[in-house]
Amino acid sequence: MAIKCKAKADGDLVEVKVLMKHAMETGLRKDSKTGEPIPAHYITEVTCSHNGNAIFRCNLGPAISKNPYLSFIVSGPKVGDTLQIASLDNTGETDSGETVVK
Amino acid sequence: MKRREFNKSLIALSGIGASLSLGVIPLSVNAARSITAFEAETGEDAMNELYGTTSAEPSEAISFKAPDIAENGAVVPISIMADIPNVDHVALLVLNNPSPLAASFEPVTAGATTVGTRIKMGKTSQLMALVRADGKVYSATSKEVKVTIGGCGG
Repeated sequence: MAIKCKAKADGDLVEVKVLMKHAMETGLRKDSKTGEPIPAHYITEVTCSHNGNAIFRCNLGPAISKNPYLSFIVSGPKVGDTLQIASLDNTGETDSGETVVK
Repeated sequence: MKRREFNKSLIALSGIGASLSLGVIPLSVNAARSITAFEAETGEDAMNELYGTTSAEPSEAISFKAPDIAENGAVVPISIMADIPNVDHVALLVLNNPSPLAASFEPVTAGATTVGTRIKMGKTSQLMALVRADGKVYSATSKEVKVTIGGCGG
């Protein structure tokens, strides 16, 4: 549960803000001491689900900043509903978080 | 949940044998993520990989929120707003990055299309947003965002 998220309802729409902790290495950088390339390690996919259904999905590339932040608007969830956020990175690591719509 | 597990095993596989990852696996199974689009080196190639077309209709309905000058190219806050109905795919491209496609968003349910994130920019560049709605691709190009210190490493 390392993904921090907040969801705030505004009429029928819900604004979701997500903050993840991740190095987001591009694979282009080199270690300043050894000169060895640092292997790519970045989040590739983030999904927001409501009642088990994916309501928003995004594919990220290495060009997303370290500790990625995302904001988006969805419709469907109501105040008091729980939203789940899940992420997957290019090495297969997963992470998740959840929030209650306010 | 199943799909995620499956993706996981795919990635593990591609790590073991380069030949495997080059071959059958990526696109057919995980249609949601176009790996080649993220590796494309020009905006046009990325667009072609994503939508199968390189012609997009310029649209005034797409707008950006981006800084004029990004002092630190490693963290540039960007948001895209699209006032177009039935949007099912949004892509954000940084035209001068080594791989222009930064992220793609799939609003699965209908809602107002506003997405925001923070991106890395290697050097001063224009941003491009591609929005697909009702099978049609719309595009918009932003003003130039000036980058003082690049954020892609090298």
